[in-house]
Amino acid sequence: MLYGSMSDIKVTPLGAGQDVGRSCILLSMGGKNIMLDCGMHMGFNDDRRFPDFSYIAPEGPVSSYIDCVIISHFHLDHCGALPYFTEVFGYNGPIYMTHPTKAIAPILLEDMRKIAVERKGESNFFTSQNIKDCMKKVVAVTLHQSIMVDSKLEIKAYYAGHVLGAAMFWIRVDSQSVVYTGDYNMTPDRHLGAAWIDKCRPDILISESTYATTIRDSKRCRERDFLKKVHECVERGGKVLIPVFALGRAQELCILLETYWERMNLKVPVYFGTGMTEKANNYYKMFITWTNQKIRKTFVQRNMFDFKHIKPFDKSYIENPGAMVVFASPGMLHAGLSLHIFKKWAPNENNMVIMPGFCVSGTVGHKILNGAKKVEFENRQIVEIKMSVQYMSFSAHADAKGIMQLIQYCEPKNVLLVHGEAAKMEFLKTKIEKEFQLKCFMPANGDTCIVKSDVNIPSSVSLKLLKDEAKKSNILPPDPKRQRIIHGVLVTKDVSLCVMDVDDACKEAGINRHLIRFTSTLRLEDSGSPSKTAEKLLQLIKTKIRDLPLQFTDCTISVESVLVKVESSEDEMKTVYVSWDNQDEELGKKSS
Amino acid sequence: MIDFHYGTYVQYCLSGDPNKPCSILQFKGITFMLDCGLTAQTVLNFLPMPLVPSTRLDSLPGWMPRDCSDSQLERELKECCGRVFVDSTPEFQPPQSRIIDFSSVDVILISNYLCMLALPFVTEETGFKGMVYATEPTMQIGRMFLEELVENIEQTPRASFASRWKEFLHLLPQPLSNCHRPRTWKHIYNLTAVKKSLSHIRMVGYNQKLDVYGALTVMAVSSGYCLGSSNWVIDSGYEKIAYVSGSSTLTTHPRPMDQPALKNADVLILTGLTQTPTANPDSMLGELCMTVANTLRLGGNVLLPCYPSGVVYDLFECLSSHLDNSGMSTIPMFFISPVADNSLAYSNIFAEWLSTAKQNKVYLPEEPFPHAFLSRTGRLKHFKHIYSDGFSTDYRQPCVVFCSHPSLRFGDVILFMEMWGSSPLNTVIITEPDFVHVEALAPFQPLQMKVVHCPIDTSLNFTQANKLIRDLKPGTLVLPESYLHPPIIDPA
Repeated sequence: MLYGSMSDIKVTPLGAGQDVGRSCILLSMGGKNIMLDCGMHMGFNDDRRFPDFSYIAPEGPVSSYIDCVIISHFHLDHCGALPYFTEVFGYNGPIYMTHPTKAIAPILLEDMRKIAVERKGESNFFTSQNIKDCMKKVVAVTLHQSIMVDSKLEIKAYYAGHVLGAAMFWIRVDSQSVVYTGDYNMTPDRHLGAAWIDKCRPDILISESTYATTIRDSKRCRERDFLKKVHECVERGGKVLIPVFALGRAQELCILLETYWERMNLKVPVYFGTGMTEKANNYYKMFITWTNQKIRKTFVQRNMFDFKHIKPFDKSYIENPGAMVVFASPGMLHAGLSLHIFKKWAPNENNMVIMPGFCVSGTVGHKILNGAKKVEFENRQIVEIKMSVQYMSFSAHADAKGIMQLIQYCEPKNVLLVHGEAAKMEFLKTKIEKEFQLKCFMPANGDTCIVKSDVNIPSSVSLKLLKDEAKKSNILPPDPKRQRIIHGVLVTKDVSLCVMDVDDACKEAGINRHLIRFTSTLRLEDSGSPSKTAEKLLQLIKTKIRDLPLQFTDCTISVESVLVKVESSEDEMKTVYVSWDNQDEELGKKSS
Repeated sequence: MIDFHYGTYVQYCLSGDPNKPCSILQFKGITFMLDCGLTAQTVLNFLPMPLVPSTRLDSLPGWMPRDCSDSQLERELKECCGRVFVDSTPEFQPPQSRIIDFSSVDVILISNYLCMLALPFVTEETGFKGMVYATEPTMQIGRMFLEELVENIEQTPRASFASRWKEFLHLLPQPLSNCHRPRTWKHIYNLTAVKKSLSHIRMVGYNQKLDVYGALTVMAVSSGYCLGSSNWVIDSGYEKIAYVSGSSTLTTHPRPMDQPALKNADVLILTGLTQTPTANPDSMLGELCMTVANTLRLGGNVLLPCYPSGVVYDLFECLSSHLDNSGMSTIPMFFISPVADNSLAYSNIFAEWLSTAKQNKVYLPEEPFPHAFLSRTGRLKHFKHIYSDGFSTDYRQPCVVFCSHPSLRFGDVILFMEMWGSSPLNTVIITEPDFVHVEALAPFQPLQMKVVHCPIDTSLNFTQANKLIRDLKPGTLVLPESYLHPPIIDPA
């Protein structure tokens, strides 16, 4: 079902089609099927949380349909369903991700599993052992390394900036290629660099579009605004809750707050509320090569992830009087410590919650950001929200400008948007189609998008033609630093193609060669003798044709088969006769 | 010269030392420089440069050839135990620039950080306009080697340099008289040149395909020798050239050697084989640990002249665990080099370039090398110099000191040689294979301290190289001339 015509590229989102969360996209080209990300949806607690894998192979074993799985980064909406896919659904083919992703993903998976199974009491979830077994199947890749999955399928990772270890992937089968961005960020921040890709001109660029309509104000303004709000709140004795995921934005905001506390000499306690503070920061210390230039340059003297002001949080501090700032996970207030603290602090108007990232619909974070004044919980508990709710986009996603920039960088033939909301995508789609004159697609989940692509047809070149050409230009061996044009005729022989010398091709086919010669007469206004005019023309031609021998006699200039002749006449108007063979069409155009 | 269908392959050798290679390869109209090694053998002809004046070295008698009365020459040569040395800042022999104009080099491929010390000589003030490719560890650790070399030499500046002796070569005793074209020798570059030179480097990953003028692709593949070390595959789509330099099939800390990538090349260029063909690295390591323990047990100190990165990491690991097992876990280990802190820090962030065993540690997350733990707990202390803050308070004997430079001609190692050389209780262990140990130790004679020669060279030995050649099945094999004869010390 996934196979199609060899020249078509098919893309089917199982998740992240006109939606954020549960990224999982099927890509089919050149007879190969690739799964891009294998995420789960944080807004659902039922079947909808995992992608509908049964779509891939309703009957047979899934491994024979999928050639490889690529995971872009460690966020659960990109890798959360992986253990389910491999251990429960039975996929046992290769899985690729970067080293930091391979290190950090199992920690987050285990965290999520604990919350789901132990706190919410869910059954029918994958186990700790499932996570371990799944990670054993992962092949870790480094940036720019070219990996041959098999003899036809090649993949290569590029830096994406979004979180530690995030990567974009270039995927090639024969002459067709696709770039999948995962989540990316085009502006460097305090701990990561900007996404980068070379001009790889893929057939399709599959891009995230979380912030498709936003053009964010300068980062500096956002940071100043954030610090001002935090400072004002703690000054009036309020408590600030910042829900974050333990890894990612947390480190970015910690660096920001740490520097500010140091500069302003503040004494209000700052806590990092998760048992894995130190462990999380250790990953950053060991994968320092994945952070930005500034951190990499100074890490020997001072490791930016050794925080002086930020101390580990203990649950007993929740009831402490007075101001404090707490970073707590998870980031969308859908479970865990952050939600626990939120319930306690929400009824007090002195307090503040700052949502630094995107919240998928269905989460408490999403509700309060939409202005909910009361939130009801499972046990019919109703919490009144009196605390100030602030949203500040610190998610390291590319904004509209960034997405356009990436398109400019890699020059795709088509663009396909995923990981965004339909209405916003529509806007960006129009913009891309208008500005780049590219086709832009935005398939919904389960819809298949078919993109026609050009297929390269290899052809051989006759040895004689190459040798003659080399002799003619007198350079042996051919110099790749100076390119030349070769003349020949494309001949079909049985099933193969060959570029041959024109005369040889005619001889082989038994055809008499006919020549077409173009002639045109121009009239020029130029006083002086015809030879003067011819000389002027010669200088002009010399500037245009540099690498071929020119012959000049009397009033005639000749290059290859091109002839330029000034007719002898003493009056102001000169008649110039230009003639060329059709094989020297290019040259003839230049001369006339 | 080897002829392919469309393009001739030409290779010139610019370095006489197969372990510090530098050669030119011209293929498809593109000029490659394969490695940029700097042979440091020349420095052995010079007297050591101690940080503080040494009365012993200062009182060495001068030396003059018979029937010669050149007043300038008089101050340049000194004699120590029957050997004549030049009393001046040591000089180096840069790659030959007569055969090829460095400005015509398009691409320089660096295999590992030991093969790039001549880079500033090639890229600076020569009109060089090309590109230098190296892996990230090669570039970062290479930077440390270059900086250490410059700092070690610059910390003992001299008012004047000896050069007159070069005119009287024919009158000088061996081995000084055997010096090869000493007039082409140069003083070391400065830190500005190092910085500029390194800015030409484009960092590459293993198996990253690099396009060269659309005519060739070049790819670095793991060579298993040291952090980030690589072999190179140059491919035209129809012809393949494999360049193998400094490779190892032993299991130490680096990523294992990638052999399949080198298979069936039309040309295989093989260099950088072991310099100590008769010494087995494993048994040397065992002997080293025993020697250290025995010396310490009798109250003596151990000196290990070393480079700032490489085998020294394995020595930290093996030695600390051997001392733990011998009940000597309280003996301090000192690592003294201008780049010691950088070396220890960087080694622990290159997980992606390490063996699987070391790589798996960062998933825990733990540092891949135990020296991170050793220095956190104070077992291994590192200092830039012996005059750095804290060294004098931390220093206590007996101890183990890892210190640069293995040539024993510059760096803080000279101070330990002078300080400990007169006691038979102490031991100096020579592990780096780059210098003939008798030559390196000559200006310190007569020595009372024990000298133990435990060369540890993990690069391919001749048996492993022969097996590799059989497995790789190259069309043509290109070797340094010296590999065609059995070594003098082991004619069998």
